[in-house]
Amino acid sequence: MEIPRHWRLKKQRYGLVGEVCPHCDAKIFPPRDVCPHCGGEAKTAFNFSGRGEVYSYTVMHDAPAGFDQNTPYAVALVKLEEGPVVTAQLTDLGEEQPRIGMPVEMVTRKIREDANERGMLIYGYKFRPVLR
Amino acid sequence: MRDVVIAGIGQIPVGEHWDLSLRTMAARAMLAAIKDGGGMKPQAMYIGNFLSPVLSHQENLGALLTDNAGLTGIEAFTVEAAGASGGAALRVGVNAVASGFIDCALVLGVEKITDMVGSEVEAAVAQSSDYDYEAMTGLSSAGQAALLMQRYLYEYNPPREAFGEFALIAHANGANNPNAFFRKAISREAYASAGMVSDPVNMFDMGPYADGAAAVLLTARDTAPKDLPHPLVRVSGSSVVIDTLALHDRPNPLAFDAACQSVERACSQAGIMPGDVDLFEVCDAFSIYALLSLEAAGLARHGEGWKMAVNGELSINGKLPILTMGGCKARGNPLGAVGVYQAVEAVQQLRGQAGRNQVKDARRALIQSLGGPASTAAAHILERLD
Ligand SMILES: [Zn+2]
Repeated sequence: MEIPRHWRLKKQRYGLVGEVCPHCDAKIFPPRDVCPHCGGEAKTAFNFSGRGEVYSYTVMHDAPAGFDQNTPYAVALVKLEEGPVVTAQLTDLGEEQPRIGMPVEMVTRKIREDANERGMLIYGYKFRPVLR
Repeated sequence: MRDVVIAGIGQIPVGEHWDLSLRTMAARAMLAAIKDGGGMKPQAMYIGNFLSPVLSHQENLGALLTDNAGLTGIEAFTVEAAGASGGAALRVGVNAVASGFIDCALVLGVEKITDMVGSEVEAAVAQSSDYDYEAMTGLSSAGQAALLMQRYLYEYNPPREAFGEFALIAHANGANNPNAFFRKAISREAYASAGMVSDPVNMFDMGPYADGAAAVLLTARDTAPKDLPHPLVRVSGSSVVIDTLALHDRPNPLAFDAACQSVERACSQAGIMPGDVDLFEVCDAFSIYALLSLEAAGLARHGEGWKMAVNGELSINGKLPILTMGGCKARGNPLGAVGVYQAVEAVQQLRGQAGRNQVKDARRALIQSLGGPASTAAAHILERLD
């Protein structure tokens, strides 16, 4: 359930909205209260392009509750072209194996079904291989 | 500042204790440590615990566990830092005694895992990561380790089977530890055919989560009982350091910066270099963590820590024995209790009570527990006093 918690994160989950530091211009995702680069206050919204490449990945076989119906699935560290790294599932891989350096782009997908808690569906970002 | 010593130790075997409650497990370790320490009555107890609120629906452990063990009226509370909870509780105990505010403190590590099973436990353990931005992607703690291991394989190209050496060392040592969960050596073939948990982390690349309770009784050097049948062990270095919570926020996730800094600070207090210790109870919650911790401590160059394992340097008779009583892999991983088990095991070594796993002439030990992928790192130096 935790409806306010998921609602609060909708800009990040649907739009990959992070921040740009007004003091040092660093791009920040996920949003923070203090810029990790210069220590200044961070609060200016910034829309990330959603393009990046795989920095590392794993294929999950033993999953935590809430995700165990979907194994195996791939989770990656994706280095966004603006700099930050984001943790996200990979999707739409088809026959392709994930690999480090793989170009990927953000898509919106169902990320968890809170089945035992009123069937609430949670949507958010995943990344898929860039179509060529 | 006063010299802090460990006067007493206590532990129960790590395992699946279906018949034992959280409070009973705790009481056995607590009472054993008090007895071993000559019966000193603690004025305070600091509890390393990670998952009781989720897995046992129990908070306020300070009251529960002291009350149950007949210690009502003392100061007691929980210290939580995920898998580093035990190390962090030890840090709090050391501070309390060193400062002079407390003359005798009990440090307890306790974790009750088996009241829940499987994916529920995985979900609970994943709370050591950033829930909103890591756990909500379906990443588990094993998954975090896998992200590091995959990147390590990519950057340094070690032989894949080299990771298995950490499990082999742990099991060889666990075989001789009556308090270990798994007491059987394993083969390279068994490692090679182990099922995947979170590719490339296989079942033998991670320690099994299991129930456990361990305790140490701390006091000042000059307030310790004079007639103990065993030598005192001094805590000569103590530190807790944090890194970013999430792996994705680190410029170089393989650096394990907090692991590095916690060893540096503890060693600097003790006036030694990391290489000056006779054994290292490193965190092997996942084999990649043990490897990265060795490198972070400066004991091996980045990308080369696995060579120490392959060359036999980390075995009981090697240059720097690790996981001397089985580590998380074979002793078992009771999460928030790990840091206290490490302290108990190091004291066994320093007293000469480690049986067939005795490290010859062990006088000084380094112990380090990690919360998440070294998001928190707690390191201590323990030295035998004669
Ligand atoms: Zn800035």
